[in-house]
Amino acid sequence: MTQHPTSTYFKDNAHRALQNPQLQKALGNSRKGFIERRAQAAARLPEFEALRDSARDIKNHVLAHLDLYLETYEQNVIASGGHVHYARTSEEASQIIIDLCKERGARSVTKGKSMVSEEINLNAALEKAGIKPIETDLGEYIIQLRKETPSHIIAPAIHLNKEQVEADFRKAHQHLSPERDLSQAPQLLQEARAILRQQFLAADVGITGANFLIAETGSSVIVTNEGNGDLTQIFPKTHIVIASIEKLVPTLEDASQLLRVLARSATGQDMSVYTTLSTGPRRSADPDGPQDYHVILLDNGRSSMLGGEFNDMLRCIRCGACMNHCPVYHAVGGHAYGWVYPGPMGSVLTPSLIGIEKSAPLPNASTFCGRCEEACPVRIPLPKLMRHWREREFERHLTPAVARSGLAFWAIFAKRPRLYRLCTSIAMRLMALAAGEKGLFTSLPFAKGWTQQRDLPAPQGRTFQEQWQKVRGNQ
Amino acid sequence: MSSARSEILANIRRSLGVNGLESPRKLEVQSRLSQKPRGLIPSRGAGEVEAQLNIFKREAEIVSAHVHILDSLNQAPAEIARLMKSHDLPMALRLGADQRLNGLDWSQAGLALSFGPSKGDDQAAFSHAFAGIAETGTLALLSGPDNPTSLNFLPDVHFVALAQNDLVSDLETVWVRLRKLNGDHHLPRTINLITGPSRSADIEQTLLLGAHGPRHLHILIYRH
Repeated sequence: MTQHPTSTYFKDNAHRALQNPQLQKALGNSRKGFIERRAQAAARLPEFEALRDSARDIKNHVLAHLDLYLETYEQNVIASGGHVHYARTSEEASQIIIDLCKERGARSVTKGKSMVSEEINLNAALEKAGIKPIETDLGEYIIQLRKETPSHIIAPAIHLNKEQVEADFRKAHQHLSPERDLSQAPQLLQEARAILRQQFLAADVGITGANFLIAETGSSVIVTNEGNGDLTQIFPKTHIVIASIEKLVPTLEDASQLLRVLARSATGQDMSVYTTLSTGPRRSADPDGPQDYHVILLDNGRSSMLGGEFNDMLRCIRCGACMNHCPVYHAVGGHAYGWVYPGPMGSVLTPSLIGIEKSAPLPNASTFCGRCEEACPVRIPLPKLMRHWREREFERHLTPAVARSGLAFWAIFAKRPRLYRLCTSIAMRLMALAAGEKGLFTSLPFAKGWTQQRDLPAPQGRTFQEQWQKVRGNQ
Repeated sequence: MSSARSEILANIRRSLGVNGLESPRKLEVQSRLSQKPRGLIPSRGAGEVEAQLNIFKREAEIVSAHVHILDSLNQAPAEIARLMKSHDLPMALRLGADQRLNGLDWSQAGLALSFGPSKGDDQAAFSHAFAGIAETGTLALLSGPDNPTSLNFLPDVHFVALAQNDLVSDLETVWVRLRKLNGDHHLPRTINLITGPSRSADIEQTLLLGAHGPRHLHILIYRH
C-alpha cells in the first residue's frame, strides 16, 4: 500500500508544527547550516554552474529516450548475472520483494536508506508478511523506533533533538544498562553502531535504493556517508535494489557529472564518503558480496508524467536542496506536507503520484520566492510547476470557497487598471495612517493566520506604481 | 511480471509519442553509449605528478583522511605498525590476497596477520586501491579476492595503499582505465569510491566520524 497521505490537512499540520517547541528547536539546528555548506561547496568549484547545466541536459536526454535506456540497462543487468523486475504500482513492488524474501526463507532484512521504499510503504508490507525490516541509516533507524516517517529526504530525523533520541534508545535497547550515559551525540551513535553491526551480519536479505542506474553497465549506484548501504549489501545472500524508472543514466561518465552536483547540493560535500557501484552478484572468485542481485524498477505514475507539463520534475536527483532553501519548509518541517516527499519537490511530485485531490494544499505551500529553483542542481522550475498544479486545482474546483471568492474579488480590480490604482492608493494611505508611528500591524482582522506568528509591515503611504511614476519623472 | 514490463514501456512510449523503433532515436542512444562523452571535467585535479599528489593530499585531508607519503611500499609494514600503536590498537591486521601487500616483509612489524574477508571483529585492515582521484581525494577500490569489500567497511581503522602511478585527475579517467583492463562489460561486482572515513550528521546535524564504517582512514601513497 502506498503510504497514507495527510496532505489535505497541510494547514492544520503546519499550525501544529508552528506551535511545537521541540520541532522548532530542531529545525533551528538546520536552517542555516545546509545553505552555508552548499554555498561554500559551490564557491570552491568554478565549474559548478556549468555542471548544473550539464546535469540538466543529461537528465533531459535520458527522459526523452527512457524506453531505450531501460531496455539497455535491463540487458546489461542480465548479462552481469542479475535480475530485473518491473512494478507498475507500490503494491506490485512490495509483492515482488516479499516473494523474493519468502522464496529465500528470509526472516530479517536490513535496509539502506531509500525514499522509494518509503513511497511504496515497504516496511509495513514486509511486517504484514512476517518479515522484520531493519533500517540501518542512523536517522532512519531512529524514526523506525519512533514509528515515524522521514521529515527530510536526506536527513530523515532532522525534526528531532538528541534528548528525544536518548529516550527512544533507552526504551528500545532495554538489554543495556539503564545507568549508561547517553547524553551526547557520540554515545548515541556508538550505541546504534554496535546494535546495527549485529543486524548487518545476521540479515538474510539486504535492500537498498539507488541514486543512479547506469544503462551502459547495468550497475546501481548508492551514495552514503555512513557506510550502512554497503554493509547492507555485502553480507546477506541476496541484494535487492528498489529504484524508480527515472534513475537511469546512460554511461559511467554521465553518472560522474551528476555525482559532482549531487553531494554539493545536498550536504555541501564535494563527494559523499561512499559512492558504490554494484553490478550483478558476487563473481565466482569473490570471497564476499551477495550471491544474487535483483532490481525492482518502479513506475507508480512516472511514465504518465513524461512529455507533459510535469516532465521536468523527473529530472530530480533527490538532493534536498529545495527544502533546505525553502522558508516554508524551515518554518513547518517535513511532516506537515503529509506524505513521503516534503518541501518544494514534494509539492510538485506528490500531486503527480497520489493525485491533486489528495494533496491540493501542497502547491500552495509556497511564497514563490524562487530559492528552490535557484538551488536545484538540475534546474527544475519548481515555482512554475507548482503554479501548473494551482491552475489544475482551480479548474477542478478543489480550491477552497474563500480563496475562490477572494480571487474573483481581486479579479474585478485586476481587470480595471484605473479602479485598481484608485483603490490601492486610498487603501495604502489608510493603512499607513492606521499603523501610526510603529509602521507595523501586530493584529489585523481576517489576518490572524499572519499576525499570530509575525507582525505585518505597514505600507508607507504610496503605492509602488505611484513611487515608480515619481522615480521615472525624476530621470 | 512481463505484462508490467510491457505496460510500463508502452506507457513511456505513449507519453513520449514514439514507438521505440524510430532509427534516429536508436542511433542517438547507441552513439551516446559507444562514444561516452566526457562532459565537463573540473580543472581542479589536473596537473603534473607531484602537483596532483599535493591536490590529492589536500582534498583527502579536508575530509579527515590521513595521508602518508612513502618512498617505497616496503615501508608500509613499519608505518602501519607505528600508526596502530598511536591508535592504541591490538597488533592484528587483516588483508585480502593482494600479492603486492602479502608479499611485503612483515616479519619486523610485530603484527599478527590474518587473510580473507572480515567477519566483523577486525579492528584494522589493509587494502590496495585501484586508483586515487586528485579532484576530490577519493580512493577507488575494486571487489575481489585481492581486496575483499568487507575490509573497506567493517574495521575501525582502514589502511589503504595507493601507488603514485595510480593517481588520476578525475573520476572519468578511472572509467577509462577500468575499461582498458576489463573491456566494456566487465565491471567488478563492487566499485567503492571512498572519500574520507565514515560519518553521520543525523543527530542534530552534528558531524560525527565512524558511523558504521571506519573511524579512521589512512592512505599510504608510495612512489615506487
